[in-house]
Amino acid sequence: MIAIVDYGVGNLFSLLCSLRALGAQAVVTGDAAQIEAAQRVILPGVGAFGDARDKLRRTGLDEVVVCQAQAGKPLLGICLGMQLLLDEGLEFGAHPGLGLIPGRVLPMQGYVPAGLKIPQIGWNALRFGAQPHPMFRHLRDGAHMYFVHSYHAAECPDVIADCEYGRPIAAAVARGNVWGCQFHPEKSGAAGLMVLRAFCEEDL
Amino acid sequence: MITKRIIPCLDVRDGQVVKGRQFEDIREVASPVDLARRYSEEGADELVFYDITASFEGRKLFTDVLRRTAEQVFIPLTVGGGIETVDDFERVLACGADKVSVNSGAIKNPELISQAARRYGSQCVVLSCDVKRVGEGYHIFSKGGRVDTGMDAIEWMRRGEGLGAGELVVNSIDTDGVKQGFDLPLLKLVTGAVDIPVIASGGAGSAQHFIDLFRQIPGVDAGLAASVFHYGELSIPGLKRMLAEAGINVRMAYESGQPEV
Repeated sequence: MIAIVDYGVGNLFSLLCSLRALGAQAVVTGDAAQIEAAQRVILPGVGAFGDARDKLRRTGLDEVVVCQAQAGKPLLGICLGMQLLLDEGLEFGAHPGLGLIPGRVLPMQGYVPAGLKIPQIGWNALRFGAQPHPMFRHLRDGAHMYFVHSYHAAECPDVIADCEYGRPIAAAVARGNVWGCQFHPEKSGAAGLMVLRAFCEEDL
Repeated sequence: MITKRIIPCLDVRDGQVVKGRQFEDIREVASPVDLARRYSEEGADELVFYDITASFEGRKLFTDVLRRTAEQVFIPLTVGGGIETVDDFERVLACGADKVSVNSGAIKNPELISQAARRYGSQCVVLSCDVKRVGEGYHIFSKGGRVDTGMDAIEWMRRGEGLGAGELVVNSIDTDGVKQGFDLPLLKLVTGAVDIPVIASGGAGSAQHFIDLFRQIPGVDAGLAASVFHYGELSIPGLKRMLAEAGINVRMAYESGQPEV
């Protein structure tokens, strides 16, 4: 069973359907016991960093997710869910993240060259890092994924793929059993499903 | 860099896909769920569903179609038609839409744009505009392109951007259904006036029209079309191949089938 953590942000219908389309058993839940009983955990998220962090804290699910990750359970953060894995987010003030992966979340404004539209909305090509990562075992370098974001992961040693948007933007991060992707695998067609498949079958 | 997007548009009435010629003379073509799945497999970058029914029964059929599509199609889905309140946003987002496009509802009540953007984020709010040349300028038309609001098109789009719209669909009534190419003079004006992504609509009849669009108006992010895809005059993989050969950055079709292991 895969637990999709429901803490009151975003639309989880597509994510649930995409996992079911792969034949995985998945459930959207805000129940700590159900998350603890699951074999894998997905932390989704859209919206602002601070707001999402507050909701995680208020529901107490931040500690549940961190405990599960530290115990070695596979965890995948998606979009804002990936950003929350890092140490700190600087969106409308500084907010501490979950600290599972080193790095900070910074605005793309002022980082990417002027004239490029922010948010980045659309399909961009992945550039894999030097070491092949199991997240991409079913994909070729250059596979396109769907991105929607205005902030990006910076100062992170665990980037396993980036994309070019005037400057390199972290597209995916991983440290052991903790994975994160800035793009939306549940909205990236067949290629995106292959990322979810890799997460579902990975024995970490 | 991000690719130029190709977006098939499905007008849905009573659960069926239809396509009008200059919005009149509507005829039906196929089951929207099947068509959506086929387009996604062929490499469509996004899909737009417009609900052109007004009846309660028609609306129910539409949300059923939307939910069934979202269960099996994993690319961004935009939904429009009859969106007048934040509750309408909620209704279609709950059925799997990723973005919601507003048109007449925003003309009647511009605050709808800012309310929805605050609640769901700008990336969720698409302002769709039906535009027609009137004298020396361009006006916004409402009610499916039938009523001249008298509003200057560029001023309205700028206002929509300021209120929090995240993307703009520019549909030229003058070129819609005629298949003689996109309205390049209008699109040049729009891309010079706003900073949000611009989706061109109305007039696509051949691959060359898309090549002209992206070459001549680099500020355009996506091309939207309906009948040229529905009737098989243009296949999405064929179009993408021709765009790539013309040096335009597109997501290639090989990835949209079964990826190579």
